[in-house]
Amino acid sequence: MIKLSGLRKSYASGGGRLEVLKGLDLHIRPGESVAIMGSSGSGKSTLLNVLGLLDGFDEGSYLLADQDMKDLPEVDSAGIRSRTLGFVFQSFNLLETKDAIENVALPLYYQQVRRAERMAQARAMLERVGLGDRGDHRPSQLSGGQKQRVAIARALVSNPKVILADEPTGALDTATSHEIMDLLDEVQQSGITLVVVTHEPDIAERMQRTIYLRDGRIVDEL
Amino acid sequence: MSMALDTWLEVWEVVRRNRLRTLLTMGGVFWGMFMLLLMAGFGKGLERGVANSLGGRSSNAVFVWSQSTSLAYRGMRPGREVDFKNADLPAIRNEVSGIEVLVPRMQLGGFRNRTEIVGNGKTGAFQVMGDAPDLKRIQPMSMRSGRFINPLDMEQERKVAVIGAQVAKEFWGEVDPVGDSIQCNGVWFRVVGVFDSRQSGDTGERAESTIHIPFATFQRAFNIGDSVGWIALTGQPDASAVALEEEVRQLLAKRHRIHPDDEPAIGSYNAEEEWRQLQATFAGIRLFVVIVGSFTLLSGVVGVSNILLVTVRERTSEIGLRRALGATQGQVIRMILREAMVLVGVAGYAGLVIGVAFLELSRWLVGADNPTLGNPQVELNLVLISGICLLFAGALAAWVPARRAAAISPVEALRAE
Repeated sequence: MIKLSGLRKSYASGGGRLEVLKGLDLHIRPGESVAIMGSSGSGKSTLLNVLGLLDGFDEGSYLLADQDMKDLPEVDSAGIRSRTLGFVFQSFNLLETKDAIENVALPLYYQQVRRAERMAQARAMLERVGLGDRGDHRPSQLSGGQKQRVAIARALVSNPKVILADEPTGALDTATSHEIMDLLDEVQQSGITLVVVTHEPDIAERMQRTIYLRDGRIVDEL
Repeated sequence: MSMALDTWLEVWEVVRRNRLRTLLTMGGVFWGMFMLLLMAGFGKGLERGVANSLGGRSSNAVFVWSQSTSLAYRGMRPGREVDFKNADLPAIRNEVSGIEVLVPRMQLGGFRNRTEIVGNGKTGAFQVMGDAPDLKRIQPMSMRSGRFINPLDMEQERKVAVIGAQVAKEFWGEVDPVGDSIQCNGVWFRVVGVFDSRQSGDTGERAESTIHIPFATFQRAFNIGDSVGWIALTGQPDASAVALEEEVRQLLAKRHRIHPDDEPAIGSYNAEEEWRQLQATFAGIRLFVVIVGSFTLLSGVVGVSNILLVTVRERTSEIGLRRALGATQGQVIRMILREAMVLVGVAGYAGLVIGVAFLELSRWLVGADNPTLGNPQVELNLVLISGICLLFAGALAAWVPARRAAAISPVEALRAE
């Protein structure tokens, strides 16, 4: 599903360039769950951004579902983000002005899905994550765990092939974290590839594979 | 629900989110458009008021009258009364090119003198003028009933009179006097027409208090031989009134043995210079209206732009999230553009409608024929141009914020969250 070869990424920094990813080679199979671990500054968030086409890369190659992601036009990468990828963020990133259903339906808006249809799909997805009765609640009316469920529903509503989760339980208590991870396990078992950036070993243990990054390089893999 | 309606609902949600700020922002654009229309409307009204007072008088009309000589010439002493004659007119017609209308005029008792007139058993003092049929082409009038002097009146020296509306009203009230008679200096004239002046103000009132009789009849009835009081002419469209005035003066000076440098011997006036000054004044007013109005509108637009910039900054993480969820840069630009269009469009349109309504109300209050404000109103083309300007203004207001929004990096935006 994801194939990286010699992937390099650097940022301009103080007149020079700071290389964050230093020639990564990585192969993630369809339906696989992978945890990416590493200390702060190891490049794991940058890697997730590159995988999510939120950021570009300088060298190497990135194949997503056998499609080359190098120098992809902006419109195409937006389309892939909308249809192929799903994002789950540590701080949920829900729109406060919209209720849960509208938040879940947002990716479908950019796929030009008509309102009635996208609302129906969003409602169904909220049911799936156990929030069928919270559709008209604003994020401020939801608990942390519920917010993350809404975010997961939003990531799933487009039937993506890959879910990219950045510290999905970082803002949650332990019990809620396990609930969310149970949900993500279900997602992965439905055949969706799951890539999770985490600091927490118990989260990583639930993944089929764990990759360790240090200074922009993969230093270990379990 | 169509996607188009859906996108507008998105805009409505953003607008609704910051009601007070939105209203204040829109107030700037509203005020800009309102003031632009008001200034344009009253400017146009003023222009019309002045144009009405001229009453469609030809802008290149020239008037030449005789006075007394001030310089001795060819054995003749200064102080000699100059007396224009009938023969001067064909001479002018033959020797001065570029003349369109040329008529002799004479007023009973002298310039602006009022003569006692009897009509319908009543007496009143009015101006009595000897005129030719072509006067209508220099001093446009609207016939309320009957007709103006015609060539047969001149040829047969008919004792007919065309009277102003004021004369008719004073003698006959609301009754049409055509067919009745008036008496002037013991001579009876049959009324053949009543006219309204197209001029407004004092000039219009004076014109409507005038009785016109055929010039030939005037000369015979009042026993003034072949004397001509003054000569009125207009130039052809491409002729300069200033040049015509000078040529006619020179010719008349030659014909009446007046010293070439004896300026006071012949009086003359041309409307061209006055017309030019008026046109320049109104061009200035129009320019002023456009500049002030545009800047007022522009300041409103800048206000919208600023507020959108603030909104974009506040919505950085939201825009970043939308990008992450599949929004293209183009969709983000269109989103901001639509918001600006709604703000500018609604506010501008409100300014436009209320501005027009205000002008209509003013017109109703001051009267459509007010000599100073002269029918304040906005022309359709100004409304259309303002509408198009609004669209551009909206696009202009959105340009910088939209570019800034499109440049938001989803990574940075989400990190900020």
